[in-house]
Amino acid sequence: MLKQTEGSHAVAEAIARCRPEVICAYPITPQTHIVEGLGEMVKTGELANCEFINVESEFAAMSVAIGASAAGARTYTATASQGLLFMAEAVYNAAGLGLPIVMTIGNRAIGAPINIWNDHSDSMSMRDAGWIQLYAETNQEALDLHVQAFRLAEELSCPVMVCVDGFILTHAYDRVDVPEQEQVDAYLPPFVPRQALDPAQPVSIGAMVGPEAFMEVRYLAHHKQLRALGLIPRLLDEFKLHFGRPSGGLLRTYRTEDADTIVVALGSVNGTIQEVVDEMRAEGSRIGSVSICSFRPFPLDAAREALGRAKRVVVIEKSLAVGLGGHLSDGVRKSLSGIVLNGYTVIAGLGGRPITRSSLHQLFRDAEQDELEQVTFLDLNADLVAYELAREAQARTSGPTAEAILRRVGTVASQIA
Amino acid sequence: MEMQPIKFYQTATFTVGNRLLGEHERSVQANMRRTNSLNSGHRACQGCGEALGARYAIDAAMRASSSQLAAVNATGCLEVFSTPYPETSWQIPWIHSLFGNAAAVASGVAAAMRVKGREEVRVIAQGGDGGTTDIGFGCLSGMFERNDDVLYICYDNEAYMNTGVQRSSATPPAARTATTAAVGPAPGNVFGTGKNVPLIAMAHGIPYVATASVANLRDLEFKVTKAMPIRGSRYIHIHVPCPLGWGSAPADTIKVARLAVESGLFPLFEAEHGEFVNSTKIRRKVPVDEYLCLQKRFAHLFAKPVDSTRIALIQAIADHNVKRFELLG
Repeated sequence: MLKQTEGSHAVAEAIARCRPEVICAYPITPQTHIVEGLGEMVKTGELANCEFINVESEFAAMSVAIGASAAGARTYTATASQGLLFMAEAVYNAAGLGLPIVMTIGNRAIGAPINIWNDHSDSMSMRDAGWIQLYAETNQEALDLHVQAFRLAEELSCPVMVCVDGFILTHAYDRVDVPEQEQVDAYLPPFVPRQALDPAQPVSIGAMVGPEAFMEVRYLAHHKQLRALGLIPRLLDEFKLHFGRPSGGLLRTYRTEDADTIVVALGSVNGTIQEVVDEMRAEGSRIGSVSICSFRPFPLDAAREALGRAKRVVVIEKSLAVGLGGHLSDGVRKSLSGIVLNGYTVIAGLGGRPITRSSLHQLFRDAEQDELEQVTFLDLNADLVAYELAREAQARTSGPTAEAILRRVGTVASQIA
Repeated sequence: MEMQPIKFYQTATFTVGNRLLGEHERSVQANMRRTNSLNSGHRACQGCGEALGARYAIDAAMRASSSQLAAVNATGCLEVFSTPYPETSWQIPWIHSLFGNAAAVASGVAAAMRVKGREEVRVIAQGGDGGTTDIGFGCLSGMFERNDDVLYICYDNEAYMNTGVQRSSATPPAARTATTAAVGPAPGNVFGTGKNVPLIAMAHGIPYVATASVANLRDLEFKVTKAMPIRGSRYIHIHVPCPLGWGSAPADTIKVARLAVESGLFPLFEAEHGEFVNSTKIRRKVPVDEYLCLQKRFAHLFAKPVDSTRIALIQAIADHNVKRFELLG
């Protein structure tokens, strides 16, 4: 059913159609609207046969999810930013135990300095936790990926994170096609757990494993993700059959056929990138872009196939691997092993800094001339950085950095004036 | 013939003769068809109070639930000594997730059972004092506040024994641990305000709170049996001596536990819906010295010169308990 609705509400409706049995919720911006929507649906009875539990922390949210999933219930939760870090130990644990929990991340920056706006620092911090990570480009895809996520999680017995850009998608009103219950039921069979706590067949789950078996257990977690590389495209094809539209998959190419320059990114920024690609194509540039949907597992072969014939690859990263550069670039470079081309890492949009068409346009022009540094910070205010470095050099007791920068910048209102 | 003939040893006046009781009143452990939920062969130390407490508690819970039981275990001694895979001592569905989340995982299991229409399956969460009173405290309080349908059992041996006897918030004043060394002008643990988790559990108003001791296993079984059919959050805090950590003789585990009760340092009581209901009376009150002097963790108190000032402070704690929990008949 077509609807003009908020991204979070669209996700909540999609989750409800997936018939979750246990939902744990702890509020953190910008994830709140999703669990609020689900809580209401459980209260009204619209979402029947579901326990909605308001917990006291994100750590408890994931822990309740672990218990519920281990007891055989289809389980969902959502978080963001600091919340994801607070539940980190349980995030790893859920994957280690092979529990098919689905979790939405409303992507948001991590403090300090505290910041509620969008970037990918949060989900990137958990990229090696053993969860599958899918990044949504649009609200429609955010909705659709959740339906696929339960299939994927339950077929592999592996948890799945669906990463949805905070505010840009979660709070944006957009037209979406919310699937009908019958469609979802036809696509997503009831959950049959691989392992479950049951007095009829008592098992011990979560035993201590020593050096004699730990490597094999970890390898099998890796193997599970490698299997997901084959399963994700199959689920996409099946999804197309049931719902009549493509969503998800490992990655999507946009005008890359003859491209010399290919831009790679995760999530909603791909929309802006594609517009800039169109502009530059109209100006005669041979440029295209690749939107990576599956970041874990990372589609090395598909990326190599998509990027291998380009002269240069520009990776737009909404997170910073401090002291190195970017996270996405790691995978992209690995996929291009042995191929000689120029690779650029661009850190952009941290803490919600707008990534504008004009900035990207200039950036890609510079890339075409191979005039980019290895690592570039898009729209970094170099004067501000220079000012702060000079100020810090003046006195040992220079005080807190972020606050000094803010004093220099002044109020937002003063900038508008 | 389900009931095993019990040999009856009388020790002073403290042993209740099991064979003198009617069959329905006898210990779960006297029944040859007991479930052995935590069966033999595990790797607990000699004289482990926790292994004893867990065995009695879980078998009693199994009987009370007609074997419809699932357990969630916090990281700790009980988890480590019971499941060095491929060996497991658990004959029940059992899950270990993390150190600090047993209560929350149990809430999740209970929610799943409810939504799946399997409410006959009862859920227990269990952990040591570290996993309960320190790192798992947030999840525990959350579980209480929501009144989730879980019985939480804390096996309190008064320090982080699994990691090598470090202080927890349940460690008593003056006790020597690896992080409260028996050196300096005030050797051992500080005299803080303490953290009485049974009283904190009561403050949540949950349906049932009790303390128990491996010195009084019938009382322990009784309380578990009483807690099991109640719906909502229940909390039982069991005092379990640790010979290794306390520096007591393995053969003295019961004796040490009994002296903790009889001195007033570990009061046994029950509370319902936040209200104190009753306490198990002390038959012969003993001075705290009798309890303390059996344990090397308090040895510095008795070195020459005897630290009578701080022993008196500990005695004052015991005396306060006796009054507060009405421990004398």
